[in-house]
This record gives sequence, structure tokens and C-alpha cells, in this order.
Amino acid sequence: MSSETSTLQCSPSSLPKLSPLIDTSSQDQFAELLKSHKISTGEYQVILEILGRTPTMSELGVFSAMWSEHCSYKSSKVHLKTLPTTGPDVVVGPGENAGVVRLSGKLCVAFKMESHNHPSYIEPYQGAATGVGGILRDVFCMGARPIANLNSLRFGQRSHPRTNYLLDRVVKGIGDYGNCVGIPTVAGQVAFHPSYNGNCLVNAMTVGLIHEDQIFKGYASGVGNLVVYVGSATGRDGIHGATMASDSFSSTDEGSRTTVQVGDPFAEKLLLEATLDMLEKGLVLGLQDMGAAGLTSSSFEMADRAGSGLLLDLDKVPVRAKNMTAYELLLSESQERMLLCVEPHKWDELKAALCKWELPFAIIGEVTDTGRVQIVYQGELEADVPVGPLASKAPEYKRPIKPTPSVAQSQDALLDLERLIEKTGVEQVLMQALVHSGDKKPVYDQYDHHIGVKTVRGPEDGGAAVLKITSDDADPVDDRLGLSVSVSCNERYCGVNPRLGAAHAVLKSARAIAAMGAKPLAVTDCLNYGNPEIPEVMAQISEGIEGIGEACIALSTPVVSGNVSLYNQTGNESILPTPMIGMVGRHKAVDRAPRAVFSAKAGPVAVLRPKSKSGGNWSYAYGGSLAAYLLEAESAQLNIPAIDWASENEAISFLETLISDYNPVACRDVGEGGLLTSLVKMCLAEGCGFEGKLSFENDVPAVRQYLAEAGPMYIIQFASEADFEAALQSASKLSHLELSRAGEAIKEPKCLVDGLEIDLAKLKPLYENALLV
Amino acid sequence: MANKSVFGDVRVGLLQYPGSNCDADCLDVFARYLDISLIPIWHTEHALPKLDALILPGGFSYGDYLRAGALAGHAKITPSIREFAKAGGSVIGICNGFQILTEMGLLPGTLLKNASGRFICRQVHLNVAEGASLYSKALSSSGSLTMPIAHGEGRYFIDDDGLERLRGEGQVAFRYSDENGELSDQTNPNGSIDHIAGIVSTNGRVLGMMPHPERAVDTLIGGSQDGLSILKTFLQSAQ
Repeated sequence: MSSETSTLQCSPSSLPKLSPLIDTSSQDQFAELLKSHKISTGEYQVILEILGRTPTMSELGVFSAMWSEHCSYKSSKVHLKTLPTTGPDVVVGPGENAGVVRLSGKLCVAFKMESHNHPSYIEPYQGAATGVGGILRDVFCMGARPIANLNSLRFGQRSHPRTNYLLDRVVKGIGDYGNCVGIPTVAGQVAFHPSYNGNCLVNAMTVGLIHEDQIFKGYASGVGNLVVYVGSATGRDGIHGATMASDSFSSTDEGSRTTVQVGDPFAEKLLLEATLDMLEKGLVLGLQDMGAAGLTSSSFEMADRAGSGLLLDLDKVPVRAKNMTAYELLLSESQERMLLCVEPHKWDELKAALCKWELPFAIIGEVTDTGRVQIVYQGELEADVPVGPLASKAPEYKRPIKPTPSVAQSQDALLDLERLIEKTGVEQVLMQALVHSGDKKPVYDQYDHHIGVKTVRGPEDGGAAVLKITSDDADPVDDRLGLSVSVSCNERYCGVNPRLGAAHAVLKSARAIAAMGAKPLAVTDCLNYGNPEIPEVMAQISEGIEGIGEACIALSTPVVSGNVSLYNQTGNESILPTPMIGMVGRHKAVDRAPRAVFSAKAGPVAVLRPKSKSGGNWSYAYGGSLAAYLLEAESAQLNIPAIDWASENEAISFLETLISDYNPVACRDVGEGGLLTSLVKMCLAEGCGFEGKLSFENDVPAVRQYLAEAGPMYIIQFASEADFEAALQSASKLSHLELSRAGEAIKEPKCLVDGLEIDLAKLKPLYENALLV
Repeated sequence: MANKSVFGDVRVGLLQYPGSNCDADCLDVFARYLDISLIPIWHTEHALPKLDALILPGGFSYGDYLRAGALAGHAKITPSIREFAKAGGSVIGICNGFQILTEMGLLPGTLLKNASGRFICRQVHLNVAEGASLYSKALSSSGSLTMPIAHGEGRYFIDDDGLERLRGEGQVAFRYSDENGELSDQTNPNGSIDHIAGIVSTNGRVLGMMPHPERAVDTLIGGSQDGLSILKTFLQSAQ
């Protein structure tokens, strides 16, 4: 052991005196103290049991952070346990920093999505940027090289005074961070709804590549091994981030800017390279990102996984603010930091590796066999907490649930809406739909989506992203292997029916991946809901998780990682339930991946759709539809689309074959706004038009076939008549679906559908400029 | 390490600064599409190894602190790069690498924040300018080249006299254009003066360009291989 490795001032057998305990003499002050730490009196009793005494201030902070909703999942855990998490391709399931699934041979994909909603509303640029930074670290601290970022954003209605400001700053924050670290942002979602007026959503996802035998986990084991701090110095930023993330907004909270972390993507890039360098050289036993609740959560979680103890000396922590207390050092959420567990004989080599990257680092403790995390600072024992009980006795609530009774679909409501559409005019509704969704180019133009030279299909192609993966770890090594990734949620569906809506979020991601010719593999979820203490909201959460579970079982896509964000509300206004789903799929023939937009030069356009008389459990629906929302129809009596899993699965596997065999130039799953809106979006991207038909059923009103939402439906453009004929032949064997010719793309910017003529030249600028701020 | 590719025994160095992030793409692309193993050179080296050509890759060297490329212009390795270029060595600076070349004084002018004030990532078309450099000669027949840009500070600026000299000496290599090679304000993504996307030194061997040729090497990825043509010309210029 070199001299530097024994610089700790104390040992487990010679600890300094305990720092002062919290003052419980004044009832009022004590109650206020607990309240400010969001610790209930019941939870405080458990703390007393665990410690066998009154806690110190630092210990109270530790419990507050570790038992926050954000870190402990105390309201959702009982429900999350029901999710399907295993499968033949799952290598690492939930509980680690990120989930890992096998792509090919030993080549695996590590991925996770996480929310940064509250910080992004308070300080959108830094909040969004550090959201990207945090999720990147979750993935690369497992040893995976990040290859793609995705994000899903929700803002209030466009007319709300804060919306454009938030949109502008959030997008810039995401772009600046990801661009600087050098990870392409390849896909995403941006949507608007008044329920997010006071609480935007910023969910970020990272996907990385990793060899199955080189997956690192967050363990701190081996008595006498070193605990090493690497990364940016610690300041006061982000203190109480985890508890803030578990809070709802009051109207005065825009003053909480000081609790928002500040990101430094340059430091992140160095930390990324340093981490992968150290892991490749085998210099580290275990490591973990200092994310929410910073040093506290990383140290407790690393000790808990290994069943060990830790002795930490906070005097050794690199700091960038003066006179920080132990409490602040433990709870700071300064960014771009990592905690490592290192064998002493590797220290010199590790130091040399770290020096190259010019990052601050320090030995701040050692692994012990006490089963406790003991923290010393300035000659006092600041915290002495048993690791096991902190985790095992963490609160877990079965909160009261009160489902909102569903209202039966009324045929009258449906017909009323269709009369309203007819009165407004299909073209007018279409225009509103296009303006509402908006071309995302002004957003993704600000994200580097080419770096890495893997992006076969990116945001300008209109669908899920497809990345070409060349790696010796793939088995067999082939140059056609790829990965498709997508994020999705339709919150309007979830507002009408939290369970079925959540299933739709999974399904929508799967459809987008299938439209690229890939096979859905696994899911990460980011569950954004309101206040779980409100029984109606708790019902949305439990039903949403059930819906995700049902969908993931039906599609054989286990949930391997995720995040829960609750208390998304302002005053009494909860957001719509928003269970965001991120999905990865395996592509076996990336050279065949279609675009999701038409080419005027290519061949016929067809629609893959359920057979009219298939008897499957699907229907056209307006519940939660874009048409109903735009026309302000009362959605409660309108069902959202039912899901027929047999048809969906048949579509997914058929598309994989169809795309590989017949190489269509375009394929897009029909989404919000129905068949007509999706088709027109496919025209607008390249400025072409369409001529043909979109009503395939005589006994269903045309307007319903244009604008209602149903599934599964995919619009496909073939390169040639011959390809279409061959595909038609192949589709004749399907049990639930049929391929119907719709027409062809034309050069002129107009849409001629069943005699209806829509001038696309007029719509194009409205669509393209809708998201300019 | 020398390479036996179609370009013969060509030794190509790849400079790496803290914050470089297109270096891995260059390594990968040169190995897979040109059969050349680049020689990585860390910024703290005092001297370049024996080289025929040198790449300054894109990224955010030193986090773009102060301004893009400014700190890299003062790295330990800088005098050695200057010497290499002055002696007629072939250099290509891509994106941040272009910014660094102007900071080092190896290319005239400077790169300012995009006119929109925003980072821009998109496919662009490039008109190959007439000039004496190998790039102009080898690539001018192509109408336009297609490849992506991805930068926040790519608006090329130079004073009027400087611009006159650039034009007079045939130092403009690429201009932003439409797909037919026609120039217009609509196709100038960042507000660069005279639509300039890339320039060469007076000897024609130091090229700085904002677009990313290493991202346009495979029609499957981005639909264009025009970047590969530029990289091949770069290698030819080293022979």
C-alpha cells in the first residue's frame, strides 16, 4: 500500500465522538424539521429503531434522501413488483444503474430512461442538461459506451406564457449537453397539453453498447479496499434534489433555482472516457454515479449490494464551496461525479489513468466489515447508520386507491363528434392537427444526430431511429446488424383510460420499431404521475403499471429499467398520467430499414390494416384522439382504441419479413390524428403529394376512417409495382391483417383522397413553422 | 505504424484534445473504409511523430471554454503542428479542428456563433470552389457534395481584404449551396461570409472545413459517400 492510500485520520475501531443529535425539545421546531425533510412521524419512529437513538442532522438528511419517493419508490414499489422483468435476452434487469439486454452473441445493449421534470421547470436549461448528464452516467458507469440519446418532452399549451420559454431552453439544454459529450440524439417526442402548464416533463434516455462479460455493477466489497471519489468538485448545488423531485409545486417555487444542479458536459466527457478507460484496464472493482442524493445514495447503495460497510472521511472530498457542512457534502447533487471501489494495489495505476483526464480525484474512505456507513468530518462522527435496515426497513406504502369510474362509450357522443368534424371540415381539422403536432425539425436541428456514424434512420426520417452496429462482440459478426430505438406515450389516452393508455404507450413504441423492420426487445419506463397521496392519482399509477405489464407480456418485451416521477402537479392540478416508454429493438437487416416519409419517385402506397371482418378486438375510436382534443369534444364518453394483441403481434412479425424481403422505401405506423394525418405527414417531409383512397370499408363513415384512431395500421410505400405485388402475395397468408392498395405519391403538393382535394402547399409552412419559437 | 493501403505507406496522425469527440469516428472510418490505422496523438505530447498527414477532429476541445478552439491553439503540441504545416505537411481540420487551425494562425479568418444563435445539425450541400488546391481539382466535377454539419460556432468570417486574398489565391475550398451547387442565402445555414464552408492554406495542403466528411462515407448512413472523396483527396495530398 502506498503512503497515500492510508491517509484516513481514523479507523472503524477508533471513531471520533458523535456530532450533536437533532434538537427534539421544542415540539413545533421538531415537527417543522421533520416536515422540511418530508419524514412522517411513523417514518421517524423507524429511524429511532434502526439507530437505537436520536439521529444527527446528517443522519436525518441521509434518511430523508434515501427514503424520498425518488430514491425509495415507496408509493410505487408494491406495484412495480408486478412488472415482467425476465426473458431469454435479459442480462441485467431492474435494480442496477441500467438494464441490459443481449443484442447478438456477447454484444449487449444497456439502457434506461429517467425524468428531470422538477429541475427543468425551475431552471429549464440546466435542468434538462443535467437530466441528460445523469442518464448518461447511469449507462456508462456500467461500462457501456453510450451510442444514442433519446428524450420525451411535455409542455403546457402553446398559448401559455411559459411554454415557449421552456421549450426553447429545455431543447437548448439537451442539445448543448449531448452535443458536447458527443452522443447523438436520435429520436424523441415533443407534445403539448394544458395539464403540463405548471409542470413540464423532461424524460431522457441513453442507450449504450457493452460486452456481456464486462458489465460492471455498483459494489463496494473487500475489507480495506479504497473508496475513491472521481469527478467535479462538490458544491452546494442540488442539495435536496431527491426530496424536491418528490414534491409538488406551489406557485412560488420558481425561486428554488439554487436547488437545481449545474451541468458541465466537458467534465462529463472526461469522466466518460476516464471511466471506460479504468474499467477496460480492470482497475476498479465497483462504481456508481453520484446521482440523486449524491454521495449518500451512491455510498449506501454500493455497500448494500455488497453487504459491506464503509468508512468515509468527508474532509477528503474535493470541494468548490467554502465552509460546507457534512450535511451539505452528503446531500449535494453536484454533477459529473463517480464513486469507485478500488483495490489498494491498483491505486498507482488508477492514479496515472485519472491524471491523463485532468479530473479531480481523492481517496475518501475504505470498505469495512461493519455493515454500517460511518461518516467522519472535522473530527466528529457525523453519521453511523446500519446499511441493511436503511434499505430493508425503507417505507413501502400501499396507498389507498380510488379508481375513477369509467363512463361507457356513447354512440351519441361519437356521432356528435363526427357531425362536428363534418361541420368544421376535414381539411380544417387536419390543419389543426398538423399545427398541433408540428414538424420537429426546429427541435432536432439543434441536436447532433449524426455523430458516431451509426445513424441509418434519424429524426429527419420521421420514424423510430435505426443505428448500424458493427462490433466484433456480435455473433455472428455481420454488417447488417442494427438497433432500433423509440420513445412514446399518448397522455390523452392515459387521461381517458390509465390502464389501456399505458398499454398503448408500450404498443406505440413497438409499432414504431416494427415499422423500421426491427423486432421489439425490451422496455425502460419513466412513470410520470401526480400526487400518490390522492387516491384517484394512486389508482392511475397502479392501473398504468398494470397496463404496461399486460402490454409487455403480450409483446414479450420485459421491463429492464425505469424510473418513477410522482408529485407532478401544481396546486391541485395533476398532470395527465404519462407513463413514458422507451424501447429497443433488434434489426437484422439495417440496409433495408425504410424511411417513414414518402418519396415522389417511388412506387405504390398501401395500408396494412386489420381485415374488415376479422372479428378481432379492435375498433375505430375517438377517445383521447387528436380530433376530439382539437375540437374540444367531451372525451369521457369516447373509448380509446381497443387493442387486439394477436393482430398487433402479427403485424410486428410480418413487417420484419416484409421489410427484409421487399425493401419498401417508406413505412410508418398510423398514430395520433389517424390515417389521414399520418399520410399527410409522410407527404410534407419531402414536399410531395398523394393520390388514391383511404376509405377501405363501405359501412364505416369515411371521416372515421380518416381521423379516428385504431390499430394496427401501417402506411407502406413500395419501390415498384412488382414489389407491391409480391408483398400482396405474401400478405394473403395473414390471419388478422390485410394489405390494401391506397394509391401513389405524386410530385404535386396536393392530397387527392376519395375525391377530396387538400392543398398541401398551404399546409406545409404551417406545419414546418409550428414549433419555431 | 505504417499502412499498406491503396494510398501506400501513409502515416496519418489524429490529434486528441480533452473534449475531442469526433476522434473515435475518424479512427473507425479510416480503418473500415480506407484501411488506414490512424496514429493517435495526445495533446500533451511535445512533438509529433514522423507523419505524412495530420487530422484535427471535431468536438469541444477544452469544453469550448473562452471560445471554440481557443485553448487548443495554445496546447503543448501546437508549435510542432505549426512546424509540420509550414514544412508542407497535409492537415485537415474538421469542425472544431477548423476552429483550432484558425486559432493557431494556420488558416485566416475566424468562426463565429451561427447567425441563428443556435447549434445546427443537418445535411448540407457543398459547391466545390475553383482553385489551385488538389481539393478543387479533384472534386470540382461533382456538381455538389452532400454531408452533415453539426456546430454552434461555424459562421466563417474574415475582413474584406482577407476575403479578397482568399478569392484571389483560390483558397476557398467549399461553399454552402443547393443540391445543384447554386449559392443562395437560403442554403447558407450559419451566415458564413461568402457562403464559405471550408478553406485551404496558400500552399493548398491545410484544409479547414465545418462540414463532417467522416460522417458521409456510407450511403446507408446519411445517403452520401461524398465525405469519403474528400478524405481520399486528403490522403492523396500527402503523397
